[in-house]
Amino acid sequence: MNKEWPLWEVFVRAKNGLSHKHAGSVHAADARMAVEAARDTYTRRMEGVSLWVVPSAAITASDPGGAEALFAPAQDKVYRHPTFYTIPENVKNI
Amino acid sequence: MPGEDNLFHHAVRLGDDALILAQRLSEWCGHAPMLEVDLALANIALDLFGQATFFLGLAGKLEGQGRDANALAFHRDVLDFRNCLLVEQPNGDFAQTIARQFLFSNWQELLMREIAAAPEVRLAAIGAKAVKEVTYHARYASEWVVRLGDGTEESRARMIAGLDWMWRFVDELFDSRDGTPSLRPEWDARIARTLAEANLELPKPRRAVLGGRAGHHSEHLGHLLCEMQFLPRAYPGAVW
Amino acid sequence: MYTTELKDKNAKAAPAALAAEDPERLAAFEARVASDDFIEPKDWMPEAYRKTLTRQISQHAHSEIVGMLPEGNWISRAPSLRRKAVLLAKVQDEGGHGLYLYAAAETLGTSRDEMIESLHSGRAKYSTIFNYPTLTWADIGAIGWLVDGAAIMNQVPLQRTSYGPYARAMVRICKEESFHQRQGYEIMMAMAGGSAAQKRMAQDALDRWWWPSLMMFGPPDDNSPNSAQSIRWRIKRETNDELRQKFVDVTVPQADAIGLTVPDPALKWNEARGSYDFGEIDWEEFYAVVRGEGPVAKERMMARVKAWEDGAWVREAALAHEAKRSARMAAE
Repeated sequence: MNKEWPLWEVFVRAKNGLSHKHAGSVHAADARMAVEAARDTYTRRMEGVSLWVVPSAAITASDPGGAEALFAPAQDKVYRHPTFYTIPENVKNI
Repeated sequence: MPGEDNLFHHAVRLGDDALILAQRLSEWCGHAPMLEVDLALANIALDLFGQATFFLGLAGKLEGQGRDANALAFHRDVLDFRNCLLVEQPNGDFAQTIARQFLFSNWQELLMREIAAAPEVRLAAIGAKAVKEVTYHARYASEWVVRLGDGTEESRARMIAGLDWMWRFVDELFDSRDGTPSLRPEWDARIARTLAEANLELPKPRRAVLGGRAGHHSEHLGHLLCEMQFLPRAYPGAVW
Repeated sequence: MYTTELKDKNAKAAPAALAAEDPERLAAFEARVASDDFIEPKDWMPEAYRKTLTRQISQHAHSEIVGMLPEGNWISRAPSLRRKAVLLAKVQDEGGHGLYLYAAAETLGTSRDEMIESLHSGRAKYSTIFNYPTLTWADIGAIGWLVDGAAIMNQVPLQRTSYGPYARAMVRICKEESFHQRQGYEIMMAMAGGSAAQKRMAQDALDRWWWPSLMMFGPPDDNSPNSAQSIRWRIKRETNDELRQKFVDVTVPQADAIGLTVPDPALKWNEARGSYDFGEIDWEEFYAVVRGEGPVAKERMMARVKAWEDGAWVREAALAHEAKRSARMAAE
């Protein structure tokens, strides 16, 4: 099997004032690619974030931590949001 | 107004470039070399579909005959499409797709900067939003040109072949009649810089293939439109 | 449903002997899970837990990736610019969901390449719903409404599944999923209320996707031997039959609201139960499709294998370039 692209851990700052939170990981061949992959994967619905990517191998862990990242919906690309769709009042559970 | 009519065609050109390229890019969905690449190409396609919707929507308003973006996208035949020949070229392999994106987005970025400063306010607004998006597209494509050009022997050969396929469609972008000749020097510099970093030579000059701006396309566009326009044409009047 | 307990080929029928592992650690682990606490990547966990989770999460990831294909089939033919962009965004989301899930599974110690190899070799399973073809634009509506609807039913409770990375991935996925279902239902609504030809397509799509959607919830409870342990470990929150019943109860009124008929002559509201009685699923079809004999199973695998193999030179080139670049920088 071919050599795999290395794994990078992704940290996202949702907005100024908050710190970076671990969002998950991406595979990328280089740092530039990792940042772009992280942007495409973990910030599709938001603008104005800060992204850190770190090779997973570079991380020394004692205890896993990290809470869930919470997203504020982006103004743009509003079709991603459920509120964009008009479903009649009488139709439930959707 | 004579000015309006030119503006209509201008908006159509901008919209068609974005629409046809987006249609091509979206063919990669589910088939890219890596999941992360799939997401990136889809993002670029989505940006371009957005631009197409805005530009064609504006074109319809300028024309003032009740045609909206969908009417323009789904109910014109090849002679009335005004996209450049570059964007309708087939995807080929990933290197060919990157070659097309590299040449186009570097031009489109310069163009959108100009559009963002256009006197027509609505056009300028679309351009301003597009600049941010296309800056990313150009950078993404340029980075891949370097990776493929200066990667393995195989990737280098494919990158050269991709650029070779697309090069005959470059001059159309800068055509003195309906292109943007003033942008050529800066575009040339950008292309040269990236190719140098990629350890690639500039493709040899060759006879330009023209015609897209006048509705004379390659054989590819007919098939592309066939697929894209089938449903609205098969079910006229249907609302989806 | 994407996480139906479909066994990998060659997998042993029963989990490895639990008792042989450190009994104190096992007790502590079970207590943590029972108290709704989360297990994180570096925590001790029973081998069976690690194996089951790796299989379940990667199966879910494979389903998302393969799931891009039936819908991807219609992006180029979407009937309006808005529908096209929305569909592309949805399929991109599915790729993204696959990515989150592969990332979560990797924290358990299996690499993404290993998981992909498992998928392509036929060892690993994925949700069989995607081995059905998309024949008309209405199928895109049906998939969003029914298939995503079924997925949501299963995924919402998984937001509190015991394994931290999996739970977090599910939270992210659930936020994105409701747009998926609404876009599908909106398509069905437009067609069911449209021309005669459109209405026919919509009904035809419902006719073909209804039963496979019910099958997504997996075998009946009395045929699911691992359910009890999965529920104890909070890998599974409700039983197959419970979820399936919920889905029917929620979806039938949605079909009624747009004038479409669910293709089940035995479907009947049961006042006493406060639920719908529904017909028997064709379990022969279910197990055949699980075995790999779904109508377009071959096409789906071929597409994934081709994308992977055709892309090998690209992946190699990126690594080669980075190696060259690093060497150059080290030499400076």
